[in-house]
Amino acid sequence: MTVNETLPLAVIASSLLPGLIIFVLPESQVGLRSALNLLGALTKVILVGVLLAGVHAGETYAFRYAVLPGIDIAFKADALALLFVTLSATLWLLTTIYAIGYLEGAPNRSRFFGFFSLCVTATMGIAMAGNLFTFFIFYELLTLSTYPLVVHRGTPAALSGGNVYLAYTLAGGALLLVGMAWLYGLLGQVEFVHGGVVSTLRPENRGQLQIIFLLLIAGVGVKAALVPLHGWLPQAMVAPAPVSALLHAVAVVKAGAFGIVRIVYEVYGVEFAQSLDLLTPLAVVAAITILWGSLRALFQDDLKKRLAFSTVSQASYIVLGVALFGPAGTIGGLTHLAHQGIMKITLFFCAGNFAETLGTHKVSEMNGSGHRMPATTVAFSIAALGMIGAPFTAGAVSKAWLSEGAEAAGMAWAVWVLAASSLLNAAYFLPILYRAWFRPASAAWPHEHILARGWRETAWLLLLPPLITATAVLAAAIFADSAWSPLSWARLIAQREYLNAAP
Amino acid sequence: MTSAALDPLAWLILLPMFWATLAFVLGLGRGAWLAIIGIALQLGLALALAGRLLAGGVPVHPVGGWGAPLGIDLAVDGLAATMLLLTQAVALPLAVYARSYFTGDSSERRFFWPLVGFLLAAMNALFVSADLFNLYVTLELLGLAAVGLVAAGGKVGQTAAALRYLLSTLVGSGAYLLGVAMIYGAYGSVSLSTLAPLVDRQAPAAVHLAAGLMLVGLTVKTALFPFHFWLPPAHGGAPAPVSALLSALVVKASYYLILRLWLGILAPLLAPGAAIAWLAGLLGCGAILWGSFKAIGTPNLKMLVAYSTVAQIGYLFIVFPLLGRTSPGDAALQGSVLHAVAHALAKSAMFTAAGVLVKATGQETIDGLAGVATRLPLTLFAFALAGVTLMGLPPSAGFLAKWLLLGAAIGQGQWLLVAVIVAGGLLAAAYVFRVLRHAFLPAPVAVSSRPVPRMLEWVAFGLAASSVLLGLRGMEILRLLAAGGSS
Repeated sequence: MTVNETLPLAVIASSLLPGLIIFVLPESQVGLRSALNLLGALTKVILVGVLLAGVHAGETYAFRYAVLPGIDIAFKADALALLFVTLSATLWLLTTIYAIGYLEGAPNRSRFFGFFSLCVTATMGIAMAGNLFTFFIFYELLTLSTYPLVVHRGTPAALSGGNVYLAYTLAGGALLLVGMAWLYGLLGQVEFVHGGVVSTLRPENRGQLQIIFLLLIAGVGVKAALVPLHGWLPQAMVAPAPVSALLHAVAVVKAGAFGIVRIVYEVYGVEFAQSLDLLTPLAVVAAITILWGSLRALFQDDLKKRLAFSTVSQASYIVLGVALFGPAGTIGGLTHLAHQGIMKITLFFCAGNFAETLGTHKVSEMNGSGHRMPATTVAFSIAALGMIGAPFTAGAVSKAWLSEGAEAAGMAWAVWVLAASSLLNAAYFLPILYRAWFRPASAAWPHEHILARGWRETAWLLLLPPLITATAVLAAAIFADSAWSPLSWARLIAQREYLNAAP
Repeated sequence: MTSAALDPLAWLILLPMFWATLAFVLGLGRGAWLAIIGIALQLGLALALAGRLLAGGVPVHPVGGWGAPLGIDLAVDGLAATMLLLTQAVALPLAVYARSYFTGDSSERRFFWPLVGFLLAAMNALFVSADLFNLYVTLELLGLAAVGLVAAGGKVGQTAAALRYLLSTLVGSGAYLLGVAMIYGAYGSVSLSTLAPLVDRQAPAAVHLAAGLMLVGLTVKTALFPFHFWLPPAHGGAPAPVSALLSALVVKASYYLILRLWLGILAPLLAPGAAIAWLAGLLGCGAILWGSFKAIGTPNLKMLVAYSTVAQIGYLFIVFPLLGRTSPGDAALQGSVLHAVAHALAKSAMFTAAGVLVKATGQETIDGLAGVATRLPLTLFAFALAGVTLMGLPPSAGFLAKWLLLGAAIGQGQWLLVAVIVAGGLLAAAYVFRVLRHAFLPAPVAVSSRPVPRMLEWVAFGLAASSVLLGLRGMEILRLLAAGGSS
């Protein structure tokens, strides 16, 4: 096996092996467990760095292995895969640090971190899947490995949230499976290739291909939380904060959105999908999701629920970008994949900090929290402003590209959707900021777990990750034109996509 | 055949008989190590046989030096070798499990080892027999040994279940025997190789009737819905190692025979898409839905696993409308054999895990499982992994099986079957997660947990892990299946 074949496997193994070891560690081995976690996360970041440099220089990294006649498990680390891999690997490192702080003293931590690692392993597999079959394997693995995390606390609320989560995701997986098996029957192996593979089929398959597209998109749309398949996301909010962060920013929702990217660009091919009249309906669904999510978010008093509906809305920016025919839309959607991840994870880290430190779970309890926890609230504010699309934040960059893409694709209505969504975002985020900074604190916090000590408003393991990601939210905008920003990487992908998609 | 005395084919049958008899002579309840060593040797023999087959040989053993048509032939093809390998590979960990499981002088333990020996001998003989009457003998021996294992506990419920099991298995083999007699009357032979060229579409009505009788008899023994009534009490009520053996292997033996006859001598009678194929397929659909439905509703843990077997047997039968001609590369056939393999591993894992859970909590209900997620994580993990295979989720062997079946169904435009295959997976998720959910609930305060030997937990885990990891090695099984030509 050459180095180029081993590297993708090493990226997967760097979280799989620590995860498996952690499962068998006794509960009391806190130090060893944390060390293993961090070692795995750091190794992964380093490996991903090597891959990034290689892919930028034009190297290809691929590995394949036959499981059934004509069916391979295939990994490839191309530019698109690396966008997602890099995002997940870095955010996993931060989330691990956060989770170690968050779960200090909680029971069943070996189980938690074991599944946590499996979950990231599944995400890596999804990102680097070289064909639809491999994608599906890891897509289902992700469902299975996140379930124990969602129900981790074992409370009735957690278990019923877990049930809803399973019902949605397994049903989605079943649709995906049928669509995939059907497509394999028509095509043989469905590889992810620039420009798609479906266009080689004869035109009389048009009707079938439209149905298959519907099945595939519905299958991954469950995880991407497209309306009306989004019902699980607010329910899954019962999970511990690091899990929510993971579900929303790194793994589950992103896996769904990423799946849509792969299916549209590399299975159907954006031009062929356009010729089958599939992109406009997808754009409409995305637009409805964007507006509906934002509208629902307005009326949530529970902070995490409000953030959940915000995710429903924001994840569909990516889908919208994909559905807009043309490079600008692609760039906008892909950039938002990374930018939304950084912003949303910051928000969830901060929400977790508020809940862990002060016991505030509701927006109405947040009065004055900016004075008690200034650093956390600053991070929260930056990310919230980013979500609204304020200048000098990551959100502004991706929204600008999306608007441009909408105009280039001749879908002026999408520009209005984006503008309306920004207004709605402002309407549900600004009141939170107002309460936190300008309203006086009530006499006592609901349940103050961690007392302030000097300048330290909470445990430093909880404080550090959101500060880093908040900085990244600003950096991604200010240094957007540098060679290694998400935007530049998305441009690289779009360049390769549209260059190769020439008919 | 240069060294007939050392032929693995014959020793696969003689060896279990030998250690079973020895265990009986040694005294009741003893002979565990004997059995473990014996099965390990059998596993070696099965591997050697598979190796020979893959190398291009076609192992045939004329018993006593008298070949067919006068004597009895033992023959192995890819399908038989796969089943032989599967049987020994599942029986070995189960023997290790049973040694730790039976403690003290329980009546279940007394007859366990001799009966298991005869069970395995009968099963191995069934896989390699090449004539219809010999197959009947093995079928009868297998049924009686299995009934004995269920009855050995001696509790009222177990005895009743065993009687019901005995009755159905006798009815099943009786119908089969009647069919064999009619075939003999028509052609004057029971050898499969002699009959194969004789049976054709113009066969007399008696042969059609005989085929029907044989298939129905075997279907009763395989517990296909609606003949499944005997299975849940028998499998759910027996001690865990026995349940595992029965659910994982014994029902597969009669299924193997159906498959063998269907693809072999009866093939000329069955036009593709024949009504009887559809009958089997629809009953399979019924089994999947009804078995899952009952599993979702039952309050008893082992009954849940037993009803899951009823459902999973359905998958084995929905292939019949999809089977094309007899080429071993047929995706539907590959899918059904892979499913049999995956289910054998997963179901033995699930029953052994359930045995640990029942032993540890002292309760047989699913409600009694609260808190085991914390106390017995390994066993619960084993149960969950086995569940992954039953749900047909990747990367398990069950997934590969489902993938092949689904591909065949879609390819032939059988949307009803597609819907049932998919629904079956979701229903399986419903009953598997029902168990897991209860396990995650916090334990009641006044709960007494009994210690369980670690070996039991590890066996369950090993079986479950292999059922999942096998999903990465589908090629090897299919190669073995295709080896030596499927008759």
